[in-house]
Amino acid sequence: MAETMTLEIHRGDTAGGELVSYTVPSTPGMVVLDAVHFVQAHHAPDLAVRWNCKAGRCGSCGAEVNGKPRLMCMDRVDKYPAGEPITIRPMKTFPVIKDLVSDVSWNFEVNKKIPAFKPRNDRPPRFSQEEADRVQEFRKCIECFLCQNVCHVLRDHQRKEEFGGPRFFVRVAALEMHPLDDGNRTGLLKQDLGIGFCNITKCCTEVCPESIHITDNAIIPLKERVVDEFYDPIKKLFRILMPQSRPEAGD
Amino acid sequence: MPSYETHEYDVVVVGAGGAGLRAAIEASARGARTALICKSLLGKAHTVMAEGGIAAALANVDTRDQWQVHFRDTIKGGKFLNQWRMAQLHAQEAAERVLELEQWGAVFDRTKDGRILQRNFGGHTYPRLAHVGDRTGLEMIRTLQDRGVHQGIDVHMECTIRRILKDGDRVGGCFGYHRETGRFVVFRAKAVVLATGGIGRCWAISSNSWEYTGDGHAMALWAGAELIDMEFVQFHPTGMVWPLSVQGTLITEGVRGEGGVLVNREGRRFMFERIPELYRGEFAETEEEATRWVQAVIAGRRPDARRPPELLTRDVVARAIRREVREGRGSPHGGVLLDIASRRTPEEIKRKLPSMYQQFKELADVDITREPMEVGPTCHYMMGGVRVDPDTQESTVRGLFAAGEVAGGLHGANRLGGNSLSDLLVFGRRAGQFAAESAQRNASVAQVDPDQIDQVVRESLAPFERTDGENPYALHEELRSTMHNLVGIVRTEEELHAALGKLQQFRQRSARIKVGGNIQYNPGWHLALDLKNMLDVSEAVTRAALQRKESRGAHTRDDFADSDARWAKLNLIVRQGTDGIEVSPRPLPEMPPELKKLLEEGEHG
Amino acid sequence: MMAEAVLANRRGGLGRTERRDLWWAGPLATALGLGGFVVYATFRALYNTDFRVVPPDSAYILSPFYSPLIVLPWLPPWVSPAILILWAPGGFRLTCYYYRKAYYRAFFLDPPACAVGEARGHDYRGETRLFLFQNLHRYFLYLALIFLVILSIDVVYACIWPADGGKTFGISVGTLVLGTNVTLLTLYTFSCHSLRHLVGGNVDCFSCVAMGQLRHGLWKNVSLLNKHHMFWAWTSLFMVAFADFYVWMIASGRFTDLRIL
Repeated sequence: MAETMTLEIHRGDTAGGELVSYTVPSTPGMVVLDAVHFVQAHHAPDLAVRWNCKAGRCGSCGAEVNGKPRLMCMDRVDKYPAGEPITIRPMKTFPVIKDLVSDVSWNFEVNKKIPAFKPRNDRPPRFSQEEADRVQEFRKCIECFLCQNVCHVLRDHQRKEEFGGPRFFVRVAALEMHPLDDGNRTGLLKQDLGIGFCNITKCCTEVCPESIHITDNAIIPLKERVVDEFYDPIKKLFRILMPQSRPEAGD
Repeated sequence: MPSYETHEYDVVVVGAGGAGLRAAIEASARGARTALICKSLLGKAHTVMAEGGIAAALANVDTRDQWQVHFRDTIKGGKFLNQWRMAQLHAQEAAERVLELEQWGAVFDRTKDGRILQRNFGGHTYPRLAHVGDRTGLEMIRTLQDRGVHQGIDVHMECTIRRILKDGDRVGGCFGYHRETGRFVVFRAKAVVLATGGIGRCWAISSNSWEYTGDGHAMALWAGAELIDMEFVQFHPTGMVWPLSVQGTLITEGVRGEGGVLVNREGRRFMFERIPELYRGEFAETEEEATRWVQAVIAGRRPDARRPPELLTRDVVARAIRREVREGRGSPHGGVLLDIASRRTPEEIKRKLPSMYQQFKELADVDITREPMEVGPTCHYMMGGVRVDPDTQESTVRGLFAAGEVAGGLHGANRLGGNSLSDLLVFGRRAGQFAAESAQRNASVAQVDPDQIDQVVRESLAPFERTDGENPYALHEELRSTMHNLVGIVRTEEELHAALGKLQQFRQRSARIKVGGNIQYNPGWHLALDLKNMLDVSEAVTRAALQRKESRGAHTRDDFADSDARWAKLNLIVRQGTDGIEVSPRPLPEMPPELKKLLEEGEHG
Repeated sequence: MMAEAVLANRRGGLGRTERRDLWWAGPLATALGLGGFVVYATFRALYNTDFRVVPPDSAYILSPFYSPLIVLPWLPPWVSPAILILWAPGGFRLTCYYYRKAYYRAFFLDPPACAVGEARGHDYRGETRLFLFQNLHRYFLYLALIFLVILSIDVVYACIWPADGGKTFGISVGTLVLGTNVTLLTLYTFSCHSLRHLVGGNVDCFSCVAMGQLRHGLWKNVSLLNKHHMFWAWTSLFMVAFADFYVWMIASGRFTDLRIL
């Protein structure tokens, strides 16, 4: 008889929900998503869960396992203490649709606010690998939205109207620091994306399954750019005295 | 009868991977009111899992490369069954499409002089794959997604399309349901582009996600379109084999492109013994020569040696691995060993193969910078698909287009690694363009007979009405293991017949499936509906495999172990007949002499 | 049926979480560390004595809390020379991107830890409005760089020992303490996010700007240090307090500074 474990999975929808316990046999190398699939196949065919690649590449299966935001497909069950139930809930920040599935459509709306890549055409598209490196880190993002989920500005303060969230700072960073991009999105960062609401408490970086240094490499450098343009008196003076050095205004 | 919502568009693109996104961008840019429908969330489509790169003859790394060589490699890799015109367009336009992607913001790895870097891959004569480490697909889908955001495309996420609706003999739209609410939806459209990807969920060990249930293949068949080359299912040679929970997960061919070698339990590089006649003289014959080639590539020199046999085409490598395992020379968990640790430094491995490193470390407790990986074949890609006009991508049904994996013809009997991402871009764009033009030629939106809709609604709700019946997950598992055991890498007449018998039983059982719960986000119900597609597609593959009495590319028959020159000139066409699925041979279109000459030059050059 | 119902509870509120680990240990340690330092530094700044040893008994060894030493006799006694200058390094640390994280978590509990609830009902404004002062960080950086020069000069003084009416080069434990202190402060300052931005982070295309190679090189090196900004922040904080403590001890005669060279 194989060893078993207990899962407590959130079942329910907008009307309310509860944790339901299931017993699942454990196999070597099993991840939380495998256990959820077992429940689906044997106990609860209608258990709603999002997943696709099952290899940490698509970012579909984000949930909260024992209270921590994780990709279920990369979360080995053998790292949890044996004998204790593993609790799986949907991401808290977004409205629940059903069981482990939440409504993340807000993120896609935020994305639309960000002006597209605008290639500079004054030179051939050549740049070094070293220059690519900085941007490629941001482009590793798999849009699992775990950073959005854990960010307290969204999670506890529900500032969805005024704040874009870490994912979209990463996206803006990828555009702003792109060696070939000619746009300027600093005003957008300050206004529509409300970068000032971020108090750099780094939970986004802690949960990122792609190990993107969201706070240090994306948000803080962007904050510095916002300071350059809006809050640095000496830079302002320079700009008044030498108007040609003014960065191009937004698209 | 339950109600349904209705939308009206010029062009509806079903599927939002590389091909679907590229088609939607093109159709929309040409002024068509365009909808993009995805089964998952936007950006999660299978394209994100593509790792190695996009094949295009940019000649950034080796200046000898040109479209003609890419064309020749593709046809040779496809064992001469490719539709020549598709292979030609693909080779000619791929470079342009890749550069366009760069203009849309993609950040490929760079050469020393700052251009797009290209890597070696199986079956490609020169380093040809534009790439981003081992996450090229993610780069591509994100670039297209971000481009599409500002294009005015309506995106319908988590919406599954169940049926192509017809207006007489042309397309009138499509019918589906929103996964979240279970609500039915009708898209009336002047043109529909299928970009639904493949069928890998019919096999037990597969690198494909739940989405790959052959929706487009099946719907095209039901709509009266023809499928082509359905017997050719690609097994990628290197999937993970251990632990069980990740069995089948893809390991990029890039590992071998970066110098990785395959060894058996005895430590022997068995690929040296498995170079087929077709490639005789093109690959290194000693370890010393292969090592010399790798060293030259690492140093960025033009190699003075031939390439290692690990870079043979996927069909060849997959068969060789299967043979090692069958003959008792496999690794502890039934694969062979793929070793990059002894070839490259840990820093290089982490830089060029970061996802592979992470995947093995977290899921298998293997550090690939120190230890070899255990690998074995995994069902990966469907060469066969909707038969389309090579230039327009229109199927044999007017107004119905197909692009990407769901379309057949480009890859013939075996696809080269890297040719799928370029396929998505080249033919996604073409499908979008010609779908928009087709829509513009039809002033009014098609009329759809409500009976068609009523019928599919009734059929869709049937599983809820049964109080007792089969579990869809259990039936799916049986289907997958049947296809794996009986219609796998190597096939025999007897096993294929047995598979047909099983499929017949599954079909009867699928009519008795019961699903619990309600209509909202109910994966059991979704699977029950998808099973219909999978059963028809599986039967199409099995029947085609039964007819092709030879071995060619990805189709290997134990009872007809050799290639047969007569079959080299025939494609198999699958159609929905009055008594079920019909398969018939059709001669390949005649290749123009100047292209034929290109192939012959390759033979002697 | 395996299912058995357990109530789900997802309310917010301070400290509410579904985490099962010791999430409170981190913020508690931060609060104790930062709190301890602030208490000690305030005490020593007000103490206004025993902050240096002077020749002829020793080299000139000055506590970093009191450097540069500005003595304005007309000020009331509680406005010590330390109070006159400590606002600058204090401001640098107060507006530092690492310390902001640390004290927002440990003192403001905004949030106390990841996926742990906050007190309900407070109007969170992040770093907008009142907290816009955080954007002065770069100006405090400029001052911090000047302080590094001053503290380095202090180390030089700490190497000049009296000898037979003349002077000689010498090193004591005190010299080493001051030397280590300025080294750690340099690493902390040079790993600053604002400096990283200034030297090259603000450039998008290094191959299109003047001195692009140089700026990329600088940016890359500062980035390497920046990865460990938290480490330098804590070690330098500890060291600067220890340096002051050491000077206090030798100045008050409780320890004798051991001459090594």
